[in-house]
Amino acid sequence: MSTHVGLPGPSRARIGRSAAGAARRLDRTLIGAVLALCVIGSLLVWSATLPGDGSGPLEATGHVRRHLAHLAVAWVLCLAVASVDYRSVRAYAHLVYGATVIALILVLTPLGAVINGSRGWIVIGGFQFQPSELAKVGLVLMLATLLGEPRDGETKPMTRDVLYALLVLALPLTLVLLQPDLGTTLVFGVIFLGVLTMSGAPIVWVAGMLACGVAAGFAVWWFDLLEPYQLDRLATLVDPAADPQGAGYNSAQALIAVGSGGFDGTGLFQGEQTHGRFVPEQHTDFIFTVAGEELGFVGAGAMVALFTVVFWRILRIAQGCDQPYPRLLCVGVAAWFAFQSFINIGMGLGIVPVTGLPLPFVSYGGTAIVANLVALGLVLAVSSRDRGFE
Amino acid sequence: MRRPPVDPSQPGRKLGTTGIVLVQILVVALFALLGVRLWYLQVPRGEHYRELAVSNHHQRLVVPATRGQILDARGRPLVSNRTELVVSADYHELTGMDDGGEAVLSDLSEVLDVPLEELQQRMRLCGPDVQRPCWPGSPYQPVTLAEGVDAPVALHIMERADEFPGITAQAHAIREYPGGALAGQVLGYLQPVTQEELEAREDLRTQFTGIDHVGRDGLEKVYDSRLRGTAGLRTLGVNNHGQVMEVISDRPPEPGMHLVTHLDLEVQRIAEEALARGMAAARPRYKADAGAAVVLDVRTGGVVALASVPTYDPSVWQGGIDQETFDEMLSEEAGEPLLSRAIQGQYPPGSTFKVSSLSAAAENGYSLRSTYACPGSVNIGGQSFSNYAGQGHGSITLHRAIVVSCNTVFYNFGYQMWLSDGGLHPEGEPEEAMANMARGYGFGSPTGIDLPYETSGRIPDREWKRTFWEATRETNCHRAEHGYPDVAETDPSHAAYLKRLAHEHCVEGFEWRAGEAVNFAIGQGDVLVSPLQLANAYAAIANGGTRYEPRVGKAFISADGSVVEEIEPVVAGRLPVSDETLSYLQAALTEVPKAGTASGAFGGFPQDRVSIAGKTGSADVVGRQVSSWFASYAPADDPQFAIVVLVSQGGTGGATAAPIAREIYEGIYGFSGEGAEEADAEDAEDDDGGRTEPALPGGAPWEGLPTVRPDGSIDLLDR
Repeated sequence: MSTHVGLPGPSRARIGRSAAGAARRLDRTLIGAVLALCVIGSLLVWSATLPGDGSGPLEATGHVRRHLAHLAVAWVLCLAVASVDYRSVRAYAHLVYGATVIALILVLTPLGAVINGSRGWIVIGGFQFQPSELAKVGLVLMLATLLGEPRDGETKPMTRDVLYALLVLALPLTLVLLQPDLGTTLVFGVIFLGVLTMSGAPIVWVAGMLACGVAAGFAVWWFDLLEPYQLDRLATLVDPAADPQGAGYNSAQALIAVGSGGFDGTGLFQGEQTHGRFVPEQHTDFIFTVAGEELGFVGAGAMVALFTVVFWRILRIAQGCDQPYPRLLCVGVAAWFAFQSFINIGMGLGIVPVTGLPLPFVSYGGTAIVANLVALGLVLAVSSRDRGFE
Repeated sequence: MRRPPVDPSQPGRKLGTTGIVLVQILVVALFALLGVRLWYLQVPRGEHYRELAVSNHHQRLVVPATRGQILDARGRPLVSNRTELVVSADYHELTGMDDGGEAVLSDLSEVLDVPLEELQQRMRLCGPDVQRPCWPGSPYQPVTLAEGVDAPVALHIMERADEFPGITAQAHAIREYPGGALAGQVLGYLQPVTQEELEAREDLRTQFTGIDHVGRDGLEKVYDSRLRGTAGLRTLGVNNHGQVMEVISDRPPEPGMHLVTHLDLEVQRIAEEALARGMAAARPRYKADAGAAVVLDVRTGGVVALASVPTYDPSVWQGGIDQETFDEMLSEEAGEPLLSRAIQGQYPPGSTFKVSSLSAAAENGYSLRSTYACPGSVNIGGQSFSNYAGQGHGSITLHRAIVVSCNTVFYNFGYQMWLSDGGLHPEGEPEEAMANMARGYGFGSPTGIDLPYETSGRIPDREWKRTFWEATRETNCHRAEHGYPDVAETDPSHAAYLKRLAHEHCVEGFEWRAGEAVNFAIGQGDVLVSPLQLANAYAAIANGGTRYEPRVGKAFISADGSVVEEIEPVVAGRLPVSDETLSYLQAALTEVPKAGTASGAFGGFPQDRVSIAGKTGSADVVGRQVSSWFASYAPADDPQFAIVVLVSQGGTGGATAAPIAREIYEGIYGFSGEGAEEADAEDAEDDDGGRTEPALPGGAPWEGLPTVRPDGSIDLLDR
């Protein structure tokens, strides 16, 4: 279990002397909770990717090795970002945002690769990554910069800022919709709404945008903008058992996996649903079902609690900020994590339509892990330097 | 020690916290919701999902048990098993495809070299509007598309499972009938399990193999659960691709037990052939449209042979019968070959019934030592009842009355007993001596044979008449009033007669009239018996009065021979006659084939070696030709077999039925045909001392059972 955690030993050395003081003031509760989620996630990825035929039960799989490598890289980046003065990052916001938008455009060129029906990947050599995950970081940074630092001496963002922010949202949103990746599109929307709501922008805009968000959801439903399979997924949410081999299959199998775990679970590596691979994508989108089956209410409930702790801490940090920029940074990250976690877990529990979104810090997937921990690094950077609440 | 903000244009301003707090509350609330939902799924509903999980990854594989064979008394197979490659389709998977499975079926039609239309027809579920070929089973079973597929073709389909979704090819045990149509109606047949049967029968539901068939008629139906055995159950742990990960439990199948019957393959063959030949000989003078022959073991009630003509080959049922064959089998032109005349046919028994009437007389005060007048005809109630061909015999004993089959003696008995019961208007409870004696012989109710759909025949009496009258009164009274205008158009006098008749039936149809009692005494009128009932009655006369429930099944032997369960004879009752009457009757019957109505048929039969006792019968039904009966047993001095032959619309008993019975006796004892029927001169064996290989050496039914060895092979019983 020591492979992927570089703290406090080696990482501190890398952070360097200038950051040593800041590192001491890192939010330990937040780091502890995320770390715990990462550990649990590694075990779940391991269990979920054991060979389905029951051979070699405890040999570490290629997936878990890569997962640990991703985590190691991501944690290094996290702590590196945490040690940087978040105010200096602001200068690079346009750069990061611009780079991710370019990457999203490249995805649509022949450089992009289609995986699971969505053109969301760039493959270069043996290396593949998902620009839409990185775009979440870019969007948070860009929006916080834009709405957290109104121009011309205004204390709050005015209509012009909001319009500009909308443009900033629209660009990656459109590109992601073209992939198509409905889940990420929704995450972008929620990040925007979260940041806008907390930015102090004119109430008309806030209320209008919130209404637009809700209306967009309905529009998508009514105007049949969804792919047929997405409609099916929505429909089967009402009664997953109605068509267990059809669109409701994933949902029904997920419920069986989670429900059969009972109070204390079947034990790690012991889940029969998991090992029979009845739930698809169980190391990524449906990883929570592995937790539900193998760790039971005790383990899965603990994960829900850990997530709550993570968002609570991030929001507390935001609350303590006396500047809008760092606060909006934290709010953006919190909205992103909370929405994505809620959708992912809710999907496993059959209360949210099946949408392809990974569970932050837990699901297998290098780009997502890196993006999550870099975002966490931003929050930690804020917490170490702007702890007004203390 | 916070440093000042980087941007000096932004003075530190206190930010509001209300919004953030609200967001915190929102997030905590949402995740609390997830926690509650998690709790609900895992704790109160946990058991439910655990059950679902088990059914999810436990695949129950039912391993069908080999169905037991049906053997004759020596151990020769009447029904055995053969393995065949069968191609079948998953009904729901195919019909669920966008094109209704047409693409798959058309690929399949090329591989199987069967027209696409035929495959599509076979995929349809049978129903009132769906003509065969169609699938008579449940849609949850694989639908059989082709049987007897060549191995390379089956292999081709199995290897390319992805090209043929929903299609499987597998080995499948099917029934084989080594004797062809032999004993077809007795053996019965198998058909796919229907949805209703699945719902009704627990034993089928729990061991449903998907390719299961169930016995629909005959022995296959009656002994279905014993023949079926117990299917094995292998529970496999599987993953989502159906790949087997482990064997969780394994219970091997228990093969069904072999059913050893009392039937003898040879005697059955002889009986069917003799019947068919005798019926052909009766034509074209007579229609001879149907016939039956019954051979019983008089000591146990065992059924040695049970023949019914027309017959059919039960293998037509396999692989989904086509509509043409099905219709033909049910059609009247084909003579309804599914119907076993021996147990389901009912006919007036004619003079063969006189054994019952004689018993009734003897047990009701008519002395066996007296003589009785046998005029050519008698006049009773203003109606004349005559002997066959109107011949009189003077004053004769009852013995002689049986031998020459004098009707008038029995007419008088019938009339007198009717009178002593009070005639048309009995006071108090009538004795119904004739009818009660008939019931004592087992007539009027099923014999209890181990075959389905047995008829009970009919023994009419005053009570029956009243019930019948009540049931038909309305129609008759309507006709009595309105007549028969449709008949009147072509035949006014007949219509007038019918109207009178209807009026009579309407007004006094409940009356048990003298004429009916008189006809009853010679087995005519409303009396109906099945050939089996008659054979069983004669078997009881032969064995000294014990009436058994006939049994086709003799024993069950397990597939490895380790368990043998005999089916014990069941006594249904005793004939309600004294020993004196019985021996008197036996003596009279013994003379019939020597000096009586059957002497012609048995001319030249070596009665010194095997003495036959029997009685002819020629029964009239209005509008039909006379039906030919011969009821008998042998040897008269040490009875072993009772044989009854019936040919519907076949002429007199002595002319048609008795020669058939003779042929069966000859086959059993190995006498060659001579005398009554000119032997084929070319048959070399026949010239040699009048003896051929006897079907039953020793002239008795097989004792004991064949041996089934542990390896499953069967040692035939031999003498």
